[in-house]
Amino acid sequence: MKKLTKQQKSNLITLAMVVCFYLICEIFIRTGLMSSHLKGLLVPLTYYAIAAVGLNLCVGILGELSLGHAGFMCIGAFSSSIFSVMTRDALPTVPRFILAFIIGVAMTALLGFLIGIPVLRLNGDYLAIVTLAFGEIIKNILNAVYMGVDDKGLHLSLKDAASMGLDASTGKKIINGAMGITGTPSDSNFTIAIIILLVSLIIVQNLVQSRDGRAIMSIRDNRIAAESTGINVTKYKMLAFTISAAIAGAAGVLFSHNISTLTAQGIYFGYNASIMLLVYVVLGGIGNIRGSVIAAMILYVLPELLRGMDKYRMLIYSIVLIVMMLFNWSPKAIEFRQNHLSKFSKRFRKEAAR
Amino acid sequence: MSFLNYLINGLSLGSIYAIIALGYTMVYGIAKMLNFAHGDFIMVGSYIIFTIVSTLGLPPGVGLLVAIILCTLLGITTEKVAYKPLRHAGSPLAVLITAIGVSYLLENVALLIFGADTKAFSSMISWSGVSLAGGRLKIQGFTLVSIIVGILILIFLQLFINKTKSGQAMLAVAEDKGAASLMGINVNKTITLTFAIGSALAAVAGALMCTAYPSLTPYTGAMPGIKAFVAAVLGGIGSIPGAMIGGLVLGVIEILGKTYISSQLSDAIVFGILIIVLLVKPTGILGKKIQEKV
Amino acid sequence: MSLLEVNDLNISFGGLHAVHNFNISIERGDLYGLIGPNGAGKTTVFNLLTGVYSPDEGRIILDGRDITNLKPIDKNKAGIARTFQNIRLFKDLSVKDNVKVGLHNIYPYSALSAILRTPAYHKAEKQMDERAMELLEVFDLAGEADTMSSNLPYGKQRKLEIARALATNPKLLLLDEPAAGMNPNETAELMDTIRFIRENFNITILLIEHDMKLVSGICERLTVLNFGQILAKGDTKEVLSNPEVIKAYIGED
Repeated sequence: MKKLTKQQKSNLITLAMVVCFYLICEIFIRTGLMSSHLKGLLVPLTYYAIAAVGLNLCVGILGELSLGHAGFMCIGAFSSSIFSVMTRDALPTVPRFILAFIIGVAMTALLGFLIGIPVLRLNGDYLAIVTLAFGEIIKNILNAVYMGVDDKGLHLSLKDAASMGLDASTGKKIINGAMGITGTPSDSNFTIAIIILLVSLIIVQNLVQSRDGRAIMSIRDNRIAAESTGINVTKYKMLAFTISAAIAGAAGVLFSHNISTLTAQGIYFGYNASIMLLVYVVLGGIGNIRGSVIAAMILYVLPELLRGMDKYRMLIYSIVLIVMMLFNWSPKAIEFRQNHLSKFSKRFRKEAAR
Repeated sequence: MSFLNYLINGLSLGSIYAIIALGYTMVYGIAKMLNFAHGDFIMVGSYIIFTIVSTLGLPPGVGLLVAIILCTLLGITTEKVAYKPLRHAGSPLAVLITAIGVSYLLENVALLIFGADTKAFSSMISWSGVSLAGGRLKIQGFTLVSIIVGILILIFLQLFINKTKSGQAMLAVAEDKGAASLMGINVNKTITLTFAIGSALAAVAGALMCTAYPSLTPYTGAMPGIKAFVAAVLGGIGSIPGAMIGGLVLGVIEILGKTYISSQLSDAIVFGILIIVLLVKPTGILGKKIQEKV
Repeated sequence: MSLLEVNDLNISFGGLHAVHNFNISIERGDLYGLIGPNGAGKTTVFNLLTGVYSPDEGRIILDGRDITNLKPIDKNKAGIARTFQNIRLFKDLSVKDNVKVGLHNIYPYSALSAILRTPAYHKAEKQMDERAMELLEVFDLAGEADTMSSNLPYGKQRKLEIARALATNPKLLLLDEPAAGMNPNETAELMDTIRFIRENFNITILLIEHDMKLVSGICERLTVLNFGQILAKGDTKEVLSNPEVIKAYIGED
C-alpha cells in the first residue's frame, strides 16, 4: 500500500470522526438513550456543519469574508421545497428527494455564480457588506413573494395571495408570502444529512489539495503574485465562491426537508444566521475544515443544552464567545499561554498524580 | 405636496441613519474594525432614556445627558476590554467576531433587565412642528429636530476634526498608525476618543429613533445599526461627509421606496441601491480609491 | 531577432512622467541589467513588462509577438515571469506548494478530476511533485519543501520566489533586486545560481539590482535609468565607467 501523506491522513481522520459521531449517535438512538429533544437536534447540527464547511471554503481558503451564506441556504431551502411540494403526490420519496436536492444545489450554485460576478470585483469589507446585502435581499423577496400553480401554469405575485389569480378548483398555493411554504415532505433524516456532510467534506478537502485549491489559496495569500504566476484570478474566485454557495444550498435543502413550515425568517436566513455560521468558522479555525465541523456541532448544541437555564443561556453564550476569542486570538493571551500554561499543566498533572 | 412630505420624512430618517453611520465610519476609519455592536449602543441609550424619563419621571434633557455619558463610558470600556487586546491579532476577523459577541451580550443583558416586551417610548420632543403652504405641508416637530441635530453634529465633527489637535491626531491615526505614533501621537488615546464620540452619537441617535418609532425592544438597534453601516459604506467608509450623504440617501430611498414601490420590499430596495452604487464606485460615493503598490 | 523588443514605452501617473521613451532590446540568452538610482522608474518598467500597468504609449514585443496590452496572467503565459522587490510569496502555503502554483498551467487537469481523484489527477500531481523538487534542488531548498514559506529565512524566500517564477517555464525572467537584504556570502552564492539557471534553463534574464558587485559580476549588458529616462546603455564595463552614470549615482545625492 502506498504511504499516505500527512494531508491525506488528516482528511481521513476528519471523515472517520464524522462516521464515529454518526455511529455513536445511532447506538444511543437505537438503545433509547437519547432524549427526543437531542434527537431533534441531530439533523440541524449536521446541516449547520455542512454550511460551515461551505463558508470556510469562502472565508478560509479563498480569503473573502461572506456575510450572506444564510441567504444561499435560503435559496437551497426554498427551491428544493417548491419542487418537493409540487411533486409531493406525483413522485415516490427517494427520486423526489434526490431531484429536490439536485435542484436546490443547482439553483444555489447558479445564484452564487451570478452574485459572484459583481461581488468578487470588490475587496475586503466592501465585499462582506455586499454579500450581506444580497442575503438580506433574498430573504426580503422570499418573504414578500406569493406563488401558486393551477392548470394554467405558474402564478406569481408580490402583493397578496388573491392577486395571483389562482383557479379556485385546481389552484394550489406553494409560497404564501411571509407564511412561507407549508407541507414540504420531511424527506431528510440524520443518515442522509451525514452522507451529505461526508460528500461536502470530500469535495472541499480534495479541492483544497489540488491544483485548483492551490490556485485559490495563492489568490488569498497574494493576488498580484498569483496573477503574474499565471493564475486566472477571476476564474478561481468564481469557482470557490460558487462551490461554497452550493454547499450552503445543500444545507438549505436539508433544512427545508426537516421542518414542516418553511419561512424566510431573519433568525434562519438573515444576516444574523450568516454571522452565526461565521462564528463557527472562526472558532473552528479559519481555513481549518475539520475545525468548522467540530465548532458548528458544539456551538449549535451548546445553547440548546443550556435550555434549562433559559433566560441566561444566550448571555452565557455571548460571554463564552467573547472570552474564547480573547483567549484564542489576543497576542498577549497567546504569549501567556506559551509561557505559563505548559508549566501549569505539568504541575497540574503532577499534583493530580499525587 | 405628499411627495414633499415623504421626502422630508426620508431626510429625517436619513439624519438618524447618518448620526449612527458617523459613529461607524469614524471607528472604522481609525480602528479599522467593523464594530458590529454599534447598533446595540443605540438600544442601550434608548433604554437609559426610557428608564429616566418614563420610570423615574425626570425631564427628557436629563435622560439624554445621562444616556450620552453612560454610552460613552460603555463605549470606552468595550474598546478597552474586548477590542484593544485583539488589535494586533492574526486575523481581522477575530475582532469582528468579538464585536458580534459584544452585540449578543448587550442584547441579552437588556433582555434580562427589561424583558422582551415592547416598551412604549414617550416622545422626547413636545414641539408640534410647523405648517407650511396654508396647512398643506405639515412637518412634525421631531422630523425637523432630527434634521437639525444631524446637521449640527456634522458641523461639530468637521470643526472638531479639522480645527482641534485631537481631531488632527485622528486623521493621522486613520492614515497610518505607525507613522502617527512615531510623530508622538498617542494612538491608544486617539482610538479611545473615537469610540467615545461614536458611542455618544449612538445615544443621541437612540433618543431620536425612539421618538420617531416609539417601540423599544432589546433588538431595536440591530437593523438600524446594519442600515447605518450600509449608509457608511454607501457614502465611502471612513469619510465623515460620506456618512452624512450615505445616511440621507438611504433614509430618503427607504421612505420613498416604501411609499411608491412596495412596503414589503423596502429593505431589498435599500440593499439593492448599495450594490448598484458599489458596482459603479467600488469604494462608495466619497471613498478614496486605494491602489496596492507593487 | 531579439527576444524582447521594447519601443518608446511611456507611462505617467498624474503629472509624473514615470517612464519616458523607454527602449530596450534583449537578445536570447542575455543576462541584462537594469540599474539606476531609487525612484528612477526601474520597477515601473517591470510592471509595464508584466502587465501590472498598461503603457500610455509604446510597444512590447516578445519573441515576435506584440504583447503590449496583455494582462499579467497572459503576459506570464506568453513567457514572462518575475520576482518582486518586496517579496510576494504565498505565505500560508508550503515551499513546495509555492512552486507547484508556478507549475499550474504546465500540468493541467480539471477540478472534477481533483474532486474525484481520477488517474489524471494522480499522474499530474506526481509530475508536479517531481518537477517542483527538481527546481527546489537547484536553489538548495529541497530540504525545506514542507516548511511554510513564511517561515523561511529572508534569503531563502528570495530564492523561492525565483524558483516559483522559473516553474512557469518562462522565456524571459525578470528579477527585481534579487540580492536585496542578502549578505556578501549569500550574494555570491546567488550570482552562481543565476549563472547556473541561465545556462541550464535556456532562459533570458533581465534584472534590477543596486549591488554593483553583482551587476558587474554577472550582467553582460546594462541600461541605466534616471528620472524615467535612459541615461546610458551598452556593455557593462563601458556603462559603469560612463561619467554621467557615476554622477547620477554619486554626484547629486
